[in-house]
Amino acid sequence: MDLSWSGPEEAFRADVRAWLAANVPADPLPSGDTREGFARHLEWERTLFDARWAVVSWPEEFGGRGASLWEWLIFEEEYYRAGAPQRVTQNGIFLLAPTIFEFGTPEQQQRFLPKMASGEESWCQGWSEPDAGSDLAGIRSTATRDDAAGGWRLNGQKTWTTRGAFCTHLFGLFRTDPAAERHRGLTYFLVPLDTPGVTVRGFGRLDGDEGFAEVFFDDALVTDDLVLGGLDQGWGVAMATTGSERGLTLRSPGRFTATAERLIALARNGGERGVDPAIRQRVAQAYIDAEAYRLQTLRTVTRVVGGDPPGVESSLTKVFWSELDVRLHEDARALLGYEAELESSWMKGYEFALSGPIYAGTNEIQRNVIAERVLGLPRK
Amino acid sequence: MDFSFTDDQLAFRDAVRDVLAKECPPSVVRAAWTNATGRSGAAWDALGEMGVLGAMVAESEGGLGLTELDVVLLAEESGYFALPEPFVEHVLVGAPIVAADHGGVVSGATTVTAGDPLIPYGAAADVLVRLDPDPEVASGAGAVLESLTSVDGSRRLTRLLGSVDARPLTRAELSQAFWRGNLGYSAQLIGLSRALLDTTVAYVTERKQFGAPIGSFQAIKHHLANVRIALEFAAPLVYRAAYSLTHADPDASLHCSMAKAQAAECGELAARTALQCHGAIGYSYEHDLHLWMKRVWALSGAWGDASWHRDRVACAILDAPL
Repeated sequence: MDLSWSGPEEAFRADVRAWLAANVPADPLPSGDTREGFARHLEWERTLFDARWAVVSWPEEFGGRGASLWEWLIFEEEYYRAGAPQRVTQNGIFLLAPTIFEFGTPEQQQRFLPKMASGEESWCQGWSEPDAGSDLAGIRSTATRDDAAGGWRLNGQKTWTTRGAFCTHLFGLFRTDPAAERHRGLTYFLVPLDTPGVTVRGFGRLDGDEGFAEVFFDDALVTDDLVLGGLDQGWGVAMATTGSERGLTLRSPGRFTATAERLIALARNGGERGVDPAIRQRVAQAYIDAEAYRLQTLRTVTRVVGGDPPGVESSLTKVFWSELDVRLHEDARALLGYEAELESSWMKGYEFALSGPIYAGTNEIQRNVIAERVLGLPRK
Repeated sequence: MDFSFTDDQLAFRDAVRDVLAKECPPSVVRAAWTNATGRSGAAWDALGEMGVLGAMVAESEGGLGLTELDVVLLAEESGYFALPEPFVEHVLVGAPIVAADHGGVVSGATTVTAGDPLIPYGAAADVLVRLDPDPEVASGAGAVLESLTSVDGSRRLTRLLGSVDARPLTRAELSQAFWRGNLGYSAQLIGLSRALLDTTVAYVTERKQFGAPIGSFQAIKHHLANVRIALEFAAPLVYRAAYSLTHADPDASLHCSMAKAQAAECGELAARTALQCHGAIGYSYEHDLHLWMKRVWALSGAWGDASWHRDRVACAILDAPL
């Protein structure tokens, strides 16, 4: 066991910190879940990309630095500690990109990855449908072969599509084999949202921002080169992506250690609320939990670097970080007291945190997965 | 960065696990509730033969000269089997302090115990280390002890009333003893939690109601998933505390408090959940579950409970000058 960083890793951290200190906007950008804010965030993504900080863990040919998982953790820690803007491109670079690296053809990698990294093309996720939420295998949207047109006709509806109203592209699952049931007969498509027959309607999330969208497909034609990972192979391909969403890549510990640090600062400046013994206990517990999450990640990365890929344990992680995020913000509410009635970054963060236990498979589904696949309890 | 144990550390853990599986089945834990000493007998001797009891005693005094990081997994195993012995009190706390003055601590022929202030196995020990009040080392022969009735019948508690031959602990000895003891209890709580979870998973897989294993019901699944999550996010804090003590990190005692707070909460959740999922059979005195549950209660509160340790964390992060 060696819990220290190496010299080169410390040097990497110093580089990240110095660049962020010089470049992070002094005033917070407007919410990236509004049209105007999204555009401002894409400008920031371009700044990151030009300095090659947008996708540090990617190979250099696609705009990254070939950073190790350790360096990626360091980057994330510094990014959130610096209070840098939310990553509106994250569904592309953290969820879709690993799938394109694993399943995409060389042509698809060249075609999509650099523009994803620069923010020139932005991606939303087309999983959920009105009748397929936690039960994702209930997908009904179809892709029907049209040989005359040389492609596939998409029909159906996706919903709860985060930032769908602002993105240029959607990745999602469509049923290509109407006779197959559940997980079979699904295919993973990469869909430009300006395709004729695609209609996007944005709608408000809990916080009122237009961060949600529903996407309608009406005989929209997509060509064969927009199939990712093979016909009828969509479920396996998609699971690789949700593994990223639930596990390591999307929710790095830096987010929560930075929030815990801000909570501690709030408590230290919190007047009488900050000396309330019950609230002090909660703040201490929040700090302990954030540290626990950081240390558990270090253990996981040690195993991954040693050649042991992350597996079903990512369900443990998803439940913990999402509920930790809620608690951190509840503690902030307690510290704010009556001022919590006012709009603030803490309350905005609280509203966002409340989505964590719901998206990427509700925590109830995750607990089922933990019970059945980690503990080995019977399904029936 | 490398958050893993070495092959040697894991092999030592496996060896201790094998010995305890053989020498400390639940029948031994149960017998310790009613025998003369409250102790295991054979398991202690076997650990002595392996060198475990002198693991942290300096090599110059016949021990193995190992670190907190080397023994934390051994303590975890002693918790898993609910070993009815002063394992933490001897191996992590007492033996390194008294080995220079008392022979036999490496083999286990001489048993050391420690308490703060209540001293488990005091009547059966040869040397007693008391952390509070008046931190001191006393011989069992020269000690005046009050026997107490403990909830965990295999952890016979005593109070040291006086001694003819006590010597005071130095400040350094006291501090090291207190934090090593907390680390050991934290590790045992992790082991106890794992055992409670394993036992309960096995039970709910077998037990049928409404024509199905009760472990197939979501209410049961979610209870046990919560315990598994708690374990996942408690154990790393305990291992980090062992690392920090080993490397004399300036924040080592803070890390120990974080570990104890989380391990105690994890243990309490595991115990409460195990009882609920067992139902009435787990509430029966004849069932072994309560032996593990009561050990959790004992260790969770000993040497500072979760709230006490959290308060230390609060002081460190909220009151210390920036």
